[in-house]
Amino acid sequence: MNNRLTNLFTHKKENLLAIYFTAGFPALDQTIEIAKATAEAGADIIEIGMPFSDPVADGETIQQSNQQALDNGMHLELLFSQLANLRKEVEVPVLLMGYLNPVMQFGLEKFCQKAAEVGVDGLILPDLPMQEYEETYRPVFEQHNLSNVFLMTPQTSEERIRKIDALTNGFIYVMSSASTTGKTGAISTEQEAYFERVAKMKLKNPRLIGFGISDNASFSKACQHANGAIIGSAFIKTLAQSQQLNKDIGTFIKTVKGETVLS
Amino acid sequence: MNYQVDTRGYYGDFGGAFIPEILHPNIEELKAQYLDIMQSSDFRAEFDSLLKDYVGRPTPLYFAKRMSKKYQTNVYLKREDLNHTGAHKINNTIGQILLAKRLGKQKIIAETGAGQHGVATATVCALMDIECIVYMGKIDMARQRPNVERMRLLGAKVVPATSGSQTLKDATNEAMRHWINHPTDTHYIIGSVVGPHPYPDMVARFQSVISEEMKTQLLEKTGSENPDYVIACVGGGSNAMGAFYHYLDRPEVRLIAVEAAGKGVDTGESAATTQLGKPGVLHGSKTILMQTSDGQVVEPYSISAGLDYPGIGPAHAHLFASGRAEFMSVTDRDAMEAGRLLCRTEGIIPAIESSHALAVFEQRKFAPDEVVVLNLSGRGDKDLQTYIDYEFE
Repeated sequence: MNNRLTNLFTHKKENLLAIYFTAGFPALDQTIEIAKATAEAGADIIEIGMPFSDPVADGETIQQSNQQALDNGMHLELLFSQLANLRKEVEVPVLLMGYLNPVMQFGLEKFCQKAAEVGVDGLILPDLPMQEYEETYRPVFEQHNLSNVFLMTPQTSEERIRKIDALTNGFIYVMSSASTTGKTGAISTEQEAYFERVAKMKLKNPRLIGFGISDNASFSKACQHANGAIIGSAFIKTLAQSQQLNKDIGTFIKTVKGETVLS
Repeated sequence: MNYQVDTRGYYGDFGGAFIPEILHPNIEELKAQYLDIMQSSDFRAEFDSLLKDYVGRPTPLYFAKRMSKKYQTNVYLKREDLNHTGAHKINNTIGQILLAKRLGKQKIIAETGAGQHGVATATVCALMDIECIVYMGKIDMARQRPNVERMRLLGAKVVPATSGSQTLKDATNEAMRHWINHPTDTHYIIGSVVGPHPYPDMVARFQSVISEEMKTQLLEKTGSENPDYVIACVGGGSNAMGAFYHYLDRPEVRLIAVEAAGKGVDTGESAATTQLGKPGVLHGSKTILMQTSDGQVVEPYSISAGLDYPGIGPAHAHLFASGRAEFMSVTDRDAMEAGRLLCRTEGIIPAIESSHALAVFEQRKFAPDEVVVLNLSGRGDKDLQTYIDYEFE
């Protein structure tokens, strides 16, 4: 596998910041605008969420952004047409993240083909079981040079982590705790011990920590134990309250990275 | 054709376990242990004794004389409405609470639509002294106030699901979210033959007591274990699966599953999943699902809160796709008429869910020598207000 995502990891191995936002939120036609501002402000990876009516792994913030995006009229065909000029505007790796059903209805083959066509580098489908991935999805992902990202949790056994590592070819999404998205609060010593346990396994894939990463403190802490971290809900909240999208995205990302913000 | 779950957790093309990684250990634990636990002699003994002494089983198989005369055939009603708490739901909750205890779980969560599964869960949690949280759509809580009060009286905490359409689908989402946040000490008692493998098989086995009793009772009453037809209503499909279970591999017994057509299959206000849905993934399994062309789940409608679920159990999807069961659909109006008819011919007030199955007799002729068993899944006490308010023609 050789794409923008895998290339990124060959030259940058720490303090990687991945930012998630839901396509179609807050307004229908801001996908490229948000992606561009996010990349320019210094995000290393962008995850664009494909909204779904029943996002069971998500907390309130992302649920509401999904619902609003659907109410705004977002759907996959439209998303791909919005992303047609993605690669003229954004250079950083882009992943699509979402639930399986809309992908199934769109058609796996067509979905992967469109994703590759617009310059998407990888996919995160949290309800795609490993068994299905191996049997059906993997050859199609690989044919279109799309990286696959699996998640792991504090409850994932060592044996299964090894298997996840073998089947992943982008990064491993390390869930910081057993929770839905959007939990806040400081990272506990127990969580740090878990991050270290995983770090010691010397996995072949880079690790990005997600769920509960919301600010400079949690981002910095996560980066001490992994290659970087992923922020979703906290960024969505910023978008929801934003009056000046470009400026607020810039401030949010620079603050998370601990850079000086010029007002 | 095989109608049981296969080693991959599938029924034909349907089933599987499409779950977020965080629930993987829970599902693995269940998968590894449910059959051993359910087949152990101490489990069997405790389960059977509670079904007998607490639930009141076996439920009668009643020959409905006046119905039989009216429809010129032989109608038998399997009286699941006579179970403790008023429906078949408790067969499953008794089974799952005993299983949860053996898995060492300290807390129980459940989802509920009309409140029947919630009440059945709250009941067994009181019985076993286990903490119980029931998720219920905010709109359903308003519609089914008495059941909310019953759950609270039984000591359960009822939490409103305020996301999405605020009904059963969303209550299920919230229960799953709770489980994701508390994966180690909590067991999720799913109320129907839905969800990730092994839930559909586990719930089917607990409900299979219905057809197990039917065989014995029919043999005694008709000289044969087999009826010509078994009829049951299908929302998620647990009462139907229980009534079909021991007849799945007997093709001479014809199976009729009845879905809620709501205001009519083509009105946009319906819950007839097999008529309106296509294959998709929701709540952990691949099944037939009501959805938009871009894969967003559609909110179904039925006058009966127990039937308005946008999917059906994966085993039913397989029965539909393979043609093993015939799927029919019945409108609100026809169900309400059939329900009232049973009140006045047999002196039994049925749950509106079960009334959908009863309406089949108006749509379909059966021969005078045929034996038709209808699974009367619940009693109509909870629906009294709906019957009272309904404008019959």
